[in-house]
Amino acid sequence: MSVATLRKDASPAPVVSLRGVSVRFVTERGAVTALHDIDLDVEDGGFLTLLGPSGCGKSTLLRVVSDLLPPSAGAVRVLGVPPAVARGRRDIGFVFQDSTLLPWRSALQNVELPLAVGGGGARPGRRTPRELLALVGLGGWENALPHELSGGMRQRVAIARALVNDPKLLLMDEPFGALDEITRDRLNEELLRIWEETGATILFVTHSIYEAAFLGQKVLLLAARPGRVREIVDVPLPNPRHIALRETPAFVDLVAHLRRVLEAC
Amino acid sequence: MSAQTIDALPAVPGLAESREDQRRFAQRRRALAWRRRLLPIAAVVLLLALWEGGVAFFHIKPFIAPAPSAVAMLLVKKIGLLLQNLAPTAIEAVSGFILGNLAAIVIATVFVYQRTLEEAFFPIAVMVHTIPVMAYAPILVLLLGNGVEAKIAIAAMICFFPTLVNMTRGLRSVRPQQMELMRILSASPREVFFELRLKNALPYLFSALKIAAATSVIGAIVGEWIGATTGIGALIIQATYNFDSPLLYATIVVGSAFSALFFGLISWAERYFLKWNVGEAG
Ligand SMILES: Nc1ncnc2c1ncn2[C@@H]1O[C@H](COP(=O)(O)OP(=O)(O)O)[C@@H](O)[C@H]1O
Ligand SMILES: [Mg+2]
Repeated sequence: MSVATLRKDASPAPVVSLRGVSVRFVTERGAVTALHDIDLDVEDGGFLTLLGPSGCGKSTLLRVVSDLLPPSAGAVRVLGVPPAVARGRRDIGFVFQDSTLLPWRSALQNVELPLAVGGGGARPGRRTPRELLALVGLGGWENALPHELSGGMRQRVAIARALVNDPKLLLMDEPFGALDEITRDRLNEELLRIWEETGATILFVTHSIYEAAFLGQKVLLLAARPGRVREIVDVPLPNPRHIALRETPAFVDLVAHLRRVLEAC
Repeated sequence: MSAQTIDALPAVPGLAESREDQRRFAQRRRALAWRRRLLPIAAVVLLLALWEGGVAFFHIKPFIAPAPSAVAMLLVKKIGLLLQNLAPTAIEAVSGFILGNLAAIVIATVFVYQRTLEEAFFPIAVMVHTIPVMAYAPILVLLLGNGVEAKIAIAAMICFFPTLVNMTRGLRSVRPQQMELMRILSASPREVFFELRLKNALPYLFSALKIAAATSVIGAIVGEWIGATTGIGALIIQATYNFDSPLLYATIVVGSAFSALFFGLISWAERYFLKWNVGEAG
């Protein structure tokens, strides 16, 4: 908690800033404009959920921010520097939809991977891989191989791996999309706890309206073809949040509003 | 089932029953496992008995088809000679196995990073692979002489191609998302190779190695047929020309036993090193 506050004072500049960003894919079957003229600022310590129909460019946006994809036009800055530099400084953590664990590494070894490659290494004062596994509720599972874990547990390992370099920015691309609803609810609550504990800025892609409303401090609604910003909605819900929040009138109203905007997309 | 056990347990309805079920289930599984092991053995014993009976009943001459008992007796009597001849064959097969597979792994690695070289040389590898071993074996003997080198080369050639194909595929079939993960972690090309590609290729490699374990022995034996004074291959030729069928059969038994042992060793290594590979590629 105090970490989050400290950081907020230290750098008032946005953690992610996009200016006029467009991405066009040229394929044999013609050109697709995946993103069109996106302007976006994400403040330090924020939790922004990206919501939109499938194919509207949500993944593309995360890929541009994480230097997996260069934009066709526009400027991208992460923590005030180009994404490639931020990536090199290990300031970006990424969680994919499918956990993308290396099947030959145990849970603990998977969390250790970012320390083993790219000139990384443990730093004093940071949570150790073991502590991170405990943080995501997998204490005691260090030696389990990925195939011995359930889908939800694998995704927890992936989150712990993304946190091991203590990134200032965490990008998550539908990380709970393949999970059953009960597991997803539990992980949603835990992710909010992790967000409070680490003070990281999170960009979270989902196509679930409930998830977007429950997790986000702000919800970015994207419209499809071409992908563009439809609206940014402030979430007027109290923190910390628990699943019961979903039954409150404020939450129900917010979901109804988001749905109306989405239908107009 | 005894009343004593049930009394000792807290009165949970269904618990005793489920334990009983569990016990019965385990028993059934054990029975099935034994069945799987015993049935093939029973079949082999039956066939051997039929063969033994057939040889006696039809008065078949030993040099045409020896009785299993005669082969077994000879196997015991001449085990020294047989093992003495197995040694060079085993050395040739294992050396060829190591050389052929190492070459295949190195070339597969080059192919993965240099597509041009793959496009240029892979068709040649395919063409060479279509030549039967019996056809290129004499050429290698002419080139390398009558020593062990030619036999090792033949064993290596025969191992090379399946491993080249599998290894290239394994190194290349890395999932795109895993590559993206490595990029986000700023992994160097070297780290991508050792952390990702090589380990991803292991299941593919092992399925090729299991094939190679058996074929390398065939390669060594074929090499010995063309010109050798010792070895399983030489012994097979000698026994055939002397109409010494019991020796021929015993030699074949020893050669196959070695092949099976080699194959078993690679399978064991596969199970040991690929514990993580459950229901995946390869
Ligand atoms: N590598 C690519 N090549 C061609 N088209 C792509 C590629 N990646 C994404 N697209 C296209 O860009 C659009 C947005 O894709 P994406 O960002 O994956 O959407 P979302 O994650 O919101 O479902 C889609 O129309 C998709 O077909
Ligand atoms: Mg997507």
